[in-house]
Amino acid sequence: MKKKYLSTGNEACGEGAVRAGCRFYAGYPITPQNELIAYMSVRMEEKKGTFIQAESELAAINMLLGASAAGARVMTSSSSPGISLKMEGISYMAGCELPAVIVNVMRGGPGLGNISTAQGDYFQATKGGGHGDYRMVVLAPANVQEMFAFTYDAFALADRYRTPVMILSDGMLGQMMEPLEIDEDMKPAGIVKKPWAMTGAKGRDAQRVVSLFLGDGALEAHNEKLQKKYREIEVKETRCETYNTDGADVIIVAYGLVSRMARAAADRLTAEGINTGLVRPITVWPFPYEEIKRASKDALQVLTVEMSAGQMLEDVRLAVQDDSKISFYGRMGGGVPTEEEIIEKVNSEQ
Amino acid sequence: MAKRFTRPESMKDKATHYCPGCGHGLAHRLLCEVIDEMGCRETTVAIAPVGCAVLAYDYWDFDTMEAPHGRTPAVATGVKRVLPDRLVFTYQGDGDLAAIGTAEIIHAGNRGENLSVIFVNNGVYGMTGGQMAPTTLLGQRTATSQFTRRSATEGFPLKILEMMKDLKGVSYLERTSVHSPKEVLNTKRAIAKSFKTQLDNKGFSIVEILSPCPTYWGLDPVESMKRIETEVVQEYPIGVIKDSV
Ligand code: SF4
Repeated sequence: MKKKYLSTGNEACGEGAVRAGCRFYAGYPITPQNELIAYMSVRMEEKKGTFIQAESELAAINMLLGASAAGARVMTSSSSPGISLKMEGISYMAGCELPAVIVNVMRGGPGLGNISTAQGDYFQATKGGGHGDYRMVVLAPANVQEMFAFTYDAFALADRYRTPVMILSDGMLGQMMEPLEIDEDMKPAGIVKKPWAMTGAKGRDAQRVVSLFLGDGALEAHNEKLQKKYREIEVKETRCETYNTDGADVIIVAYGLVSRMARAAADRLTAEGINTGLVRPITVWPFPYEEIKRASKDALQVLTVEMSAGQMLEDVRLAVQDDSKISFYGRMGGGVPTEEEIIEKVNSEQ
Repeated sequence: MAKRFTRPESMKDKATHYCPGCGHGLAHRLLCEVIDEMGCRETTVAIAPVGCAVLAYDYWDFDTMEAPHGRTPAVATGVKRVLPDRLVFTYQGDGDLAAIGTAEIIHAGNRGENLSVIFVNNGVYGMTGGQMAPTTLLGQRTATSQFTRRSATEGFPLKILEMMKDLKGVSYLERTSVHSPKEVLNTKRAIAKSFKTQLDNKGFSIVEILSPCPTYWGLDPVESMKRIETEVVQEYPIGVIKDSV
């Protein structure tokens, strides 16, 4: 039975986790994700799970490391400065091949920045952030319903590939209220056995969960195994949405919140006679290079719009391979690109 | 003839990488003996630190995982909350526990996490080459206190157990040593008490073991034990610091 709610993005995200079977949450207060940590404090209690308000983001992510190693579905959330602190633990979890879901409700940076919305953590999320050669799956929701659905999906992905998965949201998406529809009969998906978990060596040999490999060539072999997994994820899990891209003269590429303004701008431009389509990456890692390449092949202009100085722009450039088509419009530090600004930018490049 | 001394089942048959006279081997053996005696080998999850004991899982024959430097009690918190019926302990050095992990140890204790912490205090960073630790004695020369540790610029030896004894969440704190057979046996008793405290759901405990690092103390193994007995215990008195079990 489907039920309708009115929810903030942050709370929808929390509910997606609960429905996915998340029973361990640790976090630390930071704006603009506070609705999420408060929501989880209630829901974990109701579900007899564990909620811990940790002493720091470092402690929170490392509580996840332990709880995940013990076999639980685990989540933490924070916002940009707090996510920077979590990077150590994320790198360790990637190295130890531990599943976890990390939510970044992005705010303005660098440094303490401000508490408004931004997309300035794209590089951090998709290109590493922590140390070493690792990747993590990064899902970018664009509305409250997707905050719920993508968080739900993230747990199955994390378990399937034994990897940290990030939900890359932003302050406006986290705090806005929209209708949310939930299937009340929904059960956790993608539950797998975890024979590698730290449960005690009963009826089997003692085992370990480590990212340290000191033997001759051992770390290189481990890295090769990780890279093989990342290639598989690229092939199987790249997700993106294309909208009116067939025969479009202008392609706008935008993810998350910004894709909504971009879609509205594309509609108006098309109505005004400039046939405009949208490519919206849903996974920003793995990035939909092929889809963007295909959609932009016959386009005259490929405009990337972001709430940053142009971070995803670098990936779009790689996909398009023709700088004469590339243009960019970005706002930073809490500025949100409007439909009008996007239209104006397209027109100015014509 | 009856065999009186054998390797504990919880300990792998493997030579350790520790330096001659190092205290880690002793501490490992003691906790493995306790785990055997309590019949917990198959229900134990240990968290190894970053430091000389980073490879402890090469020697322990029970489930063991790593933690980023100092985050050991946070990792243990995660394991124990998910698996409350397992014996979960951290094994930490003084750099891990008393420097980079100060926040984690204090808050795990303050939350009263039902965990055991084995804290091996040898007053230096061994693995990285004998640098000064928060626990280094005043007047002690190390790789990063070449003119000896001076309170004016390097502060004072940090006594974590004394700092934590007023935390209501903490049940049991004891400092022991391995400088004599008597102290070794006493350390074993304290480890057993810490583990039993946890198995009885009585909360958070730390056993701090004063341990020699002959390599970076610049002493031979026998002199190192002497140093603990005469100097180290002056700063870090042996005994029960808190027992509300
Ligand atoms: S450096 Fe010190 S603590 Fe490390 S193994 Fe050698 S003696 Fe032991």
